[in-house]
Amino acid sequence: MNQYQAFYQRIDKALQNDQLRRNFRSAMDGIRERRLAQFPDDRELQTLRFQAKGIRNRSLSRQAELLERLETKLTENGIQVHWAETPLQANARIHEILEAEQATSVVKGKSMVSEETDLNHYLEQRGIEVIESDLGEYILQMAQEPPSHIIVPAIHKNRFEVAELFQKFHPEQPYTDDVDELTGCARQVLRKKFAYADAGISGVNFAVAETGTLCLVENEGNGRLSTTAPRIHIAITGIEKVVEKLSDVPPLLEILTKSATGQPITTYFNMISRPRQPGEKDGPEQVHLVLLDNGRSRIRNDDELLDTLRCIRCGSCMNHCPVYVHVGGHAYGTTYPGPIGILLEPQRLGIDKVGSLTSACTLCGACGEVCPVRIPLPKLINRLRAEAVEATPGDNGVPGTGALRSRSEALIWKLWKQIYTRSRIYSAFKYLATRLRHIKPPISNGWTRYRPIPTPSSKPLSELARQQGYDDE
Amino acid sequence: MNQPDQIYFFGTCLIDLLYPKAGLAGMALIKRQGVKVIYPANQSCCGQPAFNSGYRQEALAVARAQLNCFPNDYPIVVPSGSCAGMVKHHWPELFAGQPDESQAIAAAQRTYELTEFLVDVLKLKLKDLGQPTRIAIHTSCSARREMGIADRIDSLIAQLSNVQVVEQAHKTECCGFGGTFSIKQPDISGAMVEAKCEALLATGAESVISQDCGCLMNISGSLEHQQRELPTQHVAEFLLQRITGEGK
Ligand code: SF4
Repeated sequence: MNQYQAFYQRIDKALQNDQLRRNFRSAMDGIRERRLAQFPDDRELQTLRFQAKGIRNRSLSRQAELLERLETKLTENGIQVHWAETPLQANARIHEILEAEQATSVVKGKSMVSEETDLNHYLEQRGIEVIESDLGEYILQMAQEPPSHIIVPAIHKNRFEVAELFQKFHPEQPYTDDVDELTGCARQVLRKKFAYADAGISGVNFAVAETGTLCLVENEGNGRLSTTAPRIHIAITGIEKVVEKLSDVPPLLEILTKSATGQPITTYFNMISRPRQPGEKDGPEQVHLVLLDNGRSRIRNDDELLDTLRCIRCGSCMNHCPVYVHVGGHAYGTTYPGPIGILLEPQRLGIDKVGSLTSACTLCGACGEVCPVRIPLPKLINRLRAEAVEATPGDNGVPGTGALRSRSEALIWKLWKQIYTRSRIYSAFKYLATRLRHIKPPISNGWTRYRPIPTPSSKPLSELARQQGYDDE
Repeated sequence: MNQPDQIYFFGTCLIDLLYPKAGLAGMALIKRQGVKVIYPANQSCCGQPAFNSGYRQEALAVARAQLNCFPNDYPIVVPSGSCAGMVKHHWPELFAGQPDESQAIAAAQRTYELTEFLVDVLKLKLKDLGQPTRIAIHTSCSARREMGIADRIDSLIAQLSNVQVVEQAHKTECCGFGGTFSIKQPDISGAMVEAKCEALLATGAESVISQDCGCLMNISGSLEHQQRELPTQHVAEFLLQRITGEGK
């Protein structure tokens, strides 16, 4: 099965699922409204977006130097830094850390980078118990499903579906589909895990080079518990998350939480700067940071596509995407769904693997309009479409360029070019199309599945304009 | 900008072949203001279909063939948000580094979408001679976001005293056309346009007006396929009918 067929199958499955579509529609409507309520003044929003973009650009342009500084600072603070080029290296490194400390159980806070590396499976296969402590992630762990959204990972499930899962996995608890009661039930289960887990694994939202501080944004307190209760804390993140200064954090944090969930600030904001010090009563004895590349350095090679790395993973682009709202996150089949997924995943995994994602976009611009760091998502997605059908020379660029070029499609565009660049051929084409307009070409494609082939007018505008006396120069 | 003596009308391939009445109406609206309208004979297409499919060489060739159609520095008026957006925002990108880059940029800078031109340049005043009616406006994504001119169609229609505008749910959401998207991702496109039609039908509007024929082709096609009754019309035709009292 080629990647298009697999993609179409996932899309078909999503579109057939009315419940799923209703869940996404109502969740996205709610989240859009909450975001908008946080930005009553458009001018202020635009100022903040420019500021956030500027901060991220500055960080990216000096990334190598900042990463070095980050490592020095973290090391000074007693946090151990590990570099990983590939997902496998990151997983192996984390496993080594756990093994060295005879750690056999892990609680995890939400981390998309660990989804990127499929860390849970890697550790579980090696006999380590991994418990997701973010409520959404915990639900998905029971359901054995990947996240369908980067911020609200179980958003595709409604409370009745969640209630069923709880009943199946926790038959000792009385059935409830009340959200608060379900949350209470999860809390009881998870609290015990926090108490005995050997290690906590979390993501990072911003890594501050100036001070060696790891910032973690969350709403449930599970991030704080995972990073403080167990004796080992391992944070994992992408190298692009580094920012220069502590003063860069407040503007980014503000626009992140407002854009993501429509909150002025999240319930918890953690700043982790060192392991437990002598005389301190709590906190982990060891703190590690794993910095993953996984294709990010390669993205830097292209001046235009570099903008991809500004992303602060707020999820706003998918919340506002008209395609995402109809098919949901799983249809994309990649770790990151929605517009940022369409842009990032082909660059990370290759056009030859997931380049078909670029077709799932109408270029409507809704994502680019809300992106807090002003990534020109539609423009870059369109750029990837060009990469998909035109191989670029050299091996520095997007992997698998040209992989989706098909002879028949290329031929159609050649023909199209011939017609539309030569006015005599174009006139002849229009003459035939209008005079023979009731003869429908025997085309059956995706368009005709939902709409008839449009009928040409009896005469083209060019002829009518002349007849009505409009000059042609 | 002051009212120019003459303009070029760039009709676009879709209007040329499928919706010439919309083009003629747009030209008439401008001509009525005493501006000479030139319809260059050799124009064809802005290049957008190929550009949005990744075939940039072909898009460039077709876009380049248009440059010679607009030799003088008259404004270029395009009765479509997405084609105007292509010229204005993507020609500079497409022609970057080409020998005729500056010519393309100059063309981009004097390109206007029709409603934008009617409001900003001609400062068009309208007197409604039509019967009372209720309409829904569908603004294309390119007009709304790329061009940032969603309010122009609204302000033109607001001048019509007998026209009541009703608002559909998810008004700002894409209709699912997206050019070749509708062929490459037919099922998503189909689901999107069905949702759009449902929202439009639910308003009880008597017709749907838009500044983009791509959206109209998509929406009217889906309505026909579903055997639902809801006329659609390009804004130029609608405005002309209202101020001349012709049509309904
Ligand atoms: S691309 Fe922009 S909108 Fe999308 S997740 Fe990243 S920062 Fe948020």
